[in-house]
Amino acid sequence: MAESIKILTEHFHQEGIEKLDVYKKHGGYAGLEKALKTMSPEQVVEEVKTSGVRGRGGAGFPMGMKWGFLAKPEGVPRYLVCNGDESEPGTFKDHYLMMKCPHLLIEGMIISSFALGANTSFIYVRGELMYVINILEKAIAEAKAAGYLGKNILGTGFDLELVVQPGGGAYICGEETALLESLEGKRGNPRNKPPFPAVKGLYQCPTVVNNVESIATTPWIMLNGGEAYSKIGIGRSTGTKLISASGHVKNPGVYEIELGLPVEEFIYSDQYLGGIREGHDLKAVVAGGSSVPILPKHLILKTAAGEPRLMSYESLSEGGFASGTMLGSGGFIAMDETTCIVRNTWNFARFYRHESCGQCSPCREGTGWMEKVLYRLEHGKGNERDIDLLVDVAKKIEGNTICPLGDAAAWPVASAIRHFREEFEWHVRHPELAIAPGAVFNKETEAVLN
Amino acid sequence: MEENTFKVTIDGIETRVAPGTTILQAARQIGPEVAPPAMCYYKPLEKSGGKCRACLVKVAQGSERDPRPMPKLLASCITQVQDGMVVENYTNEEVVETRKGIVEFLLLNHPLDCPVCDQAGECSLQDFAFKHGTEAQRYEEERRTFEREDIGPHIQLHMNRCILCYRCVHTADQITDGRCHGVMYRGDHAEISTYISKAVDNDFSGNMIDVCPVGALTDKTFRFKNRVWFSKPVDAHRDCDKCHGKVHLWYKGEEVIRVTGRKNQWGEVDEFICNSCRFEHKETKDWVIEGPAKMPRHSVLSANKYRADLVKKPAYALNYAEQNFKKIDDSRPYDKTLSEIKESEDYQALMEKNKSYKLLNK
Ligand SMILES: Cc1cc2nc3c(=O)[nH]c(=O)nc-3n(C[C@H](O)[C@H](O)[C@H](O)COP(=O)(O)O)c2cc1C
Ligand code: SF4
Ligand code: SF4
Ligand code: FES
Repeated sequence: MAESIKILTEHFHQEGIEKLDVYKKHGGYAGLEKALKTMSPEQVVEEVKTSGVRGRGGAGFPMGMKWGFLAKPEGVPRYLVCNGDESEPGTFKDHYLMMKCPHLLIEGMIISSFALGANTSFIYVRGELMYVINILEKAIAEAKAAGYLGKNILGTGFDLELVVQPGGGAYICGEETALLESLEGKRGNPRNKPPFPAVKGLYQCPTVVNNVESIATTPWIMLNGGEAYSKIGIGRSTGTKLISASGHVKNPGVYEIELGLPVEEFIYSDQYLGGIREGHDLKAVVAGGSSVPILPKHLILKTAAGEPRLMSYESLSEGGFASGTMLGSGGFIAMDETTCIVRNTWNFARFYRHESCGQCSPCREGTGWMEKVLYRLEHGKGNERDIDLLVDVAKKIEGNTICPLGDAAAWPVASAIRHFREEFEWHVRHPELAIAPGAVFNKETEAVLN
Repeated sequence: MEENTFKVTIDGIETRVAPGTTILQAARQIGPEVAPPAMCYYKPLEKSGGKCRACLVKVAQGSERDPRPMPKLLASCITQVQDGMVVENYTNEEVVETRKGIVEFLLLNHPLDCPVCDQAGECSLQDFAFKHGTEAQRYEEERRTFEREDIGPHIQLHMNRCILCYRCVHTADQITDGRCHGVMYRGDHAEISTYISKAVDNDFSGNMIDVCPVGALTDKTFRFKNRVWFSKPVDAHRDCDKCHGKVHLWYKGEEVIRVTGRKNQWGEVDEFICNSCRFEHKETKDWVIEGPAKMPRHSVLSANKYRADLVKKPAYALNYAEQNFKKIDDSRPYDKTLSEIKESEDYQALMEKNKSYKLLNK
């Protein structure tokens, strides 16, 4: 691939980019000036629709369309809430963006609030990231002093207050309705839908919730137009995406990629992850954060039909759950052959058990059940029945819960068994081998044993 | 009227309801044979429902205008009907299977201590599991356990039995003042509790006992006094300055062993009662007796009512029977053998009558 296009991170390497003057020197707040001074809110929404940019928080819902759904009853305030809770294992891109370049998010928030007609907007940041909150608050103070926030912004008559709210310290507070509850000062329990936030959100008023990265695309779109954005990327996966790569790769970190980049190139090219660590081979990938189905090497590099797999919403989900996965939030976890899939699955299950809010019975009880069974399997106390039991429990949770955390807990377990069943069976049949520290199933040793 | 109502079909039976009605309410309007079970929804409590997922149903047709089916099962207690909606409940295999799963989930961490639980016999979880569950259990792991806890002078919390339906939380929120009770922690370690060292003590706190579908919140004045099926529920009322004073008195012999709100066909208390009526008025003389309470036929509560050998009939019941039933001639001798009875003309005539009865009902 040619020199990659950078929409979000182009100037991130500049010294002092977190400061207003440096950010402005590199084109910052130009998109805002253009939008507020020359465009109507409707035109801004139109540009975002044209860009085809999709929500970067996980679900990939087109942002312009979401904005279009916002109810606009007379005399009722509307709110924009930025979701910076980012607690999904494997995902750390919003954290990076806010820490590196807070003004990019702030500029995006002002543009988006203008488009939606919101006069008070919130950035809900994962509670553990206190220093990021400090960075954001400092930047907000700067922006306010420069007239980008507050009353009558840039003389346009548009008012905006931007509030940074530390999160409640729970993964579930990233789910948009739980986030709204938490923002209202309540326990972060997801709400039943409908009503959707677009109709009844924060304080029962129409609300848009968008991910940090989604909102950060708007300055570029304002400056260059939705049309230009839609030309980047592939098909309905327009634009670029931040991928937070971790695991057994040579160069882990946050990368901005053009959507449509082949997965193989992303993993092996020196421009990106630089391949798997020396002397090891790729075994499996979790492509979009811990919630998405895990895929073995052959299915992440190529689809079941033999096409090269691309980093795009469509290509990654090709094959459905039988052989595909999802782009999710872009938390790319690569695992080499030293990884025990059973242990990894147990680890994920432990996370979901801990993070379930406990409101609905399938998720509350099911996540605990799966975790306990996986713990037994991993510790050599499993039996043959357990594997099908796990599949069945995952199936009984999936789709039957209030919020998608139930699905997110079920998918990793179901997919691990779908693609790595023999590893689970090995744990059952050879517990004495499986419990040895660092023990990993391996086809050759299995052949010898049989 | 017709134009302002929506047509909805549930398990093949059609009904019309006002817009805004939930699927569950529409189904209850048709009758118990199609009504989905509800473990968390409680009509008098705002915002209840949506949590237990016992009431999930299949929407096979969204509405007349948009007939597409809904991809997922929906919680019928919080989903409003659309005009022309077609719902499958007991007729849908996926629903029946999923519900088995819900029973299993709700029983997963449950101690199964019905033999020592005061709620047994009037427990929604027992009924739910019996009707919708499987007989086998697949859970082999350790159950979560909690210490028993007194929350206030009248109520004991057995968190082990709680199904986290949030009904008591809504009760505390909506009908008592000075709420100091809610859910702490998350996931399967979530628990109902009071704020540290605070006790639930206000005029209407006792209703939390009535709304609790299981034996998690029990009446301390009734603990281990009796199995509910050995006691006789009676409708009674009194003039009360705090509530409307309509209750069930539960008799054991001459003694009122507990007072509760009156539950309707769906196990919901329509009108909440105050603690004074519930805990402080346990004498027959405090009350105006209306008559025996109607209990659902399927309930164990309607069994054993007339076992005079187990418990002596209380005076009020004898009085009531004397006033209302003395016209009944119960003097027919039962001294014939079965074959003699079968040959009698009376019997033949009765059988003939029964036949036509059956035909009429087909
Ligand atoms: C359990 C759970 C956790 C989530 N966590 C986050 C999160 O940390 N950040 C985020 O942006 N979206 C998260 N989401 C997705 C949000 O609900 C929501 O879809 C998103 O913020 C919408 O923004 P977008 O359209 O810009 O992606 C989570 C969803 C679920 C179910
Ligand atoms: S699915 Fe899990 S996290 Fe979501 S509402 Fe239900 S219990 Fe809570
Ligand atoms: S204590 Fe009873 S009413 Fe309260 S949440 Fe638990 S089961 Fe429901
Ligand atoms: S009764 Fe509907 S979800 Fe509990």
